[in-house]
Amino acid sequence: MAAPFKLDDDSVVVVIGSGAGGGTLATDLALKGIKVVCLEAGGRHEIEDFENDEWSNFSKISWLDPRTTSGSWRVARDFPGLPAWIVRAVGGSTIHWAGASLRFQEHEFKARTTYGEIAGANLLDWPVTLAEMEPWYEKAENRMGTTRTHGIPGLPGNNNYKVFEAGAKKLGYKTVSTGNMSINSQPRDGRGACQQIGFCFQGCKSGAKWSTLYSEIPKGEATGNLEVRPNSHVLKIEHDASGKVTAVVYADKSGTVQRQKARIVAVAGNSIETPRLLLNSASNQFPNGLANSSGQVGRNYMRHLTASVYAVFEKPVKMWRGTTMAGIIKDESVHDPKRGFAAGYEMETLSLGLPFMAAFLDPGGWGRSFTSAMDGYENMAGMWIVGEDMPQEKNGITLHATQKDKYGMPVPNVHFDDHPNDIAMRNHAWKQGAAVYDAVGAVRTFPTPPYPSTHNLGTCRMSANARDGVCNKYGQTHDVKNLFISDGSQFTSGASENPTLTIVALATRQAEYIAAEMGKKNI
Amino acid sequence: MTKRDELPAPDKKGLSRRNFLLTGTAAAIVVKGGAIFCPTEAWALEAQALKPTTLRTLIRMARDIYPHDRLADRFYAVAVKGFDTDAARDAGAKALVEEGIAGLDAKAKAAHGVGYADVGWEADRVAILKGMEKDSFFQKVRGTLVVSLYNQKEVWPLFGYEGESASKGGYINRGFNDIAWL
Repeated sequence: MAAPFKLDDDSVVVVIGSGAGGGTLATDLALKGIKVVCLEAGGRHEIEDFENDEWSNFSKISWLDPRTTSGSWRVARDFPGLPAWIVRAVGGSTIHWAGASLRFQEHEFKARTTYGEIAGANLLDWPVTLAEMEPWYEKAENRMGTTRTHGIPGLPGNNNYKVFEAGAKKLGYKTVSTGNMSINSQPRDGRGACQQIGFCFQGCKSGAKWSTLYSEIPKGEATGNLEVRPNSHVLKIEHDASGKVTAVVYADKSGTVQRQKARIVAVAGNSIETPRLLLNSASNQFPNGLANSSGQVGRNYMRHLTASVYAVFEKPVKMWRGTTMAGIIKDESVHDPKRGFAAGYEMETLSLGLPFMAAFLDPGGWGRSFTSAMDGYENMAGMWIVGEDMPQEKNGITLHATQKDKYGMPVPNVHFDDHPNDIAMRNHAWKQGAAVYDAVGAVRTFPTPPYPSTHNLGTCRMSANARDGVCNKYGQTHDVKNLFISDGSQFTSGASENPTLTIVALATRQAEYIAAEMGKKNI
Repeated sequence: MTKRDELPAPDKKGLSRRNFLLTGTAAAIVVKGGAIFCPTEAWALEAQALKPTTLRTLIRMARDIYPHDRLADRFYAVAVKGFDTDAARDAGAKALVEEGIAGLDAKAKAAHGVGYADVGWEADRVAILKGMEKDSFFQKVRGTLVVSLYNQKEVWPLFGYEGESASKGGYINRGFNDIAWL
């Protein structure tokens, strides 16, 4: 049962956002007996609302509020008003995520130590280690039903995977499989097995894929301790004279401004909205924004390397059939500077339907070069590149000087310049991706540029030292003890793995920390 | 990416079927009164706000931007129909298209002595488009078409794309791993 809490109830924890971080944290706190109000900017769409229709579903669930872009990244040219491709709905981006659930590697938690000094990069080691995270990864994999963990079998390979696997093996890659996916390969946790529908990015119609929308939040609500308020767009976090946060101001569905009092506030709005909110909460006491004594709020924005490789073959592949991303080659996900760059990348199967392929294969492309590629759609295979990009202080989120959204809040500008290391890695990945397909007879390959960012990371990073980042290793902000960062904004560096598993593991760990600190009356 | 809801919705009912006496002559789109007609494909499109000649040229331009020889003209007609709908609502949108097409025709006349739609070779028409691909008119047309052409469900089977699958139980028993040539 949803538990309606009063606006002046100052004993509640307010969680902002209901995706991988916020939805998990809110549910875990509720399960521990802590009262939670979860404010979600978007509406609540259940599984029956999802459509196997790319554009229609895109307009229904995406975050389409105005944003601006700057910098030399190609997304600023191709999609100037849409820097990120994320979800505005209960469940957040766990509705459209692909399900890939990979642990970070030991050396990736020690980015600065492993990669050394790299000019222009603001590298830092995480204040946590893999050893410290392992039990939390275990818990996260168990709750999400990640394949190839806890005795859960891997997913079967679809046509797109079979091409990818055959090419990888011919090329001599050793670590190719259908990966660790939080998509049920057999019924589990009250949800059925994958029906190979495709359309993983449009919301899973069978519920086989883990999402906070139906896998977590209802469990939290059932305790009576969790109230999720959809259509609640947060504008500002308020604090008292002692510097503790006290309330969250938001616009409800009708646009009316409401104020929810809070004992603790946890921000999980994804790495653009989270720093935007802290910056917009500037006050006399915190003139540069809340929790920003380091000046790092909004900085070090990372988005993973990303690129894709599509290939056309002589005969049909029908890559859209079945699980979108159940396929991975991990061989390049190592730190091997001999390749000409630091850090590494994963190669993962990916397919788009015909409408999205037209928009993303070669943004801006037209004429016979483009359409002959589209004519090969049925014979196409595809992969996505997820590589570690360098954190750079100048890359990040700022409040637009003049442009405001419908709530009167300054729109966020997303600035990004590729680092030379990112460019070298992307070129390497394009070459290797094409080689995978050439090995099994591709007649034509396409080095496809990045899509609007789905992995938005690092804009409120955790650091051992308060001067280097925004929060400590539990996501608690260095400056404000009852204010937490609970999403991928916490990431000190990006690693080469899809971020969701780590976000969930951190949120689970944070819930335990918050409960303990509340018990000790520290917060 | 352009927001989907700002785009003209592909409308399969946008074209009216008419009975024509097929004469066996070339499959051209003809302008008559306030409408354009495609005798061989047996459809007609009434112009609401744009000049019918403008619509005809837009269809030619649409095919030159995204040329698929397997697609009949009616798919391109549906894809550009939204420009006419928008022009009926918004004078600025109308001016952008009318002026854009007038500019296109002026360039074609200067180079080839005929309007754009009557330039014989695709390569010659594409050369004209290349010269204006940074212009807002071209950008608007291309950016709209990339959705309004490829998002037509009637187009999908012509590319082999199968669309929605959940109501059919996905592909678990319908060939998700049926590739045989590897």
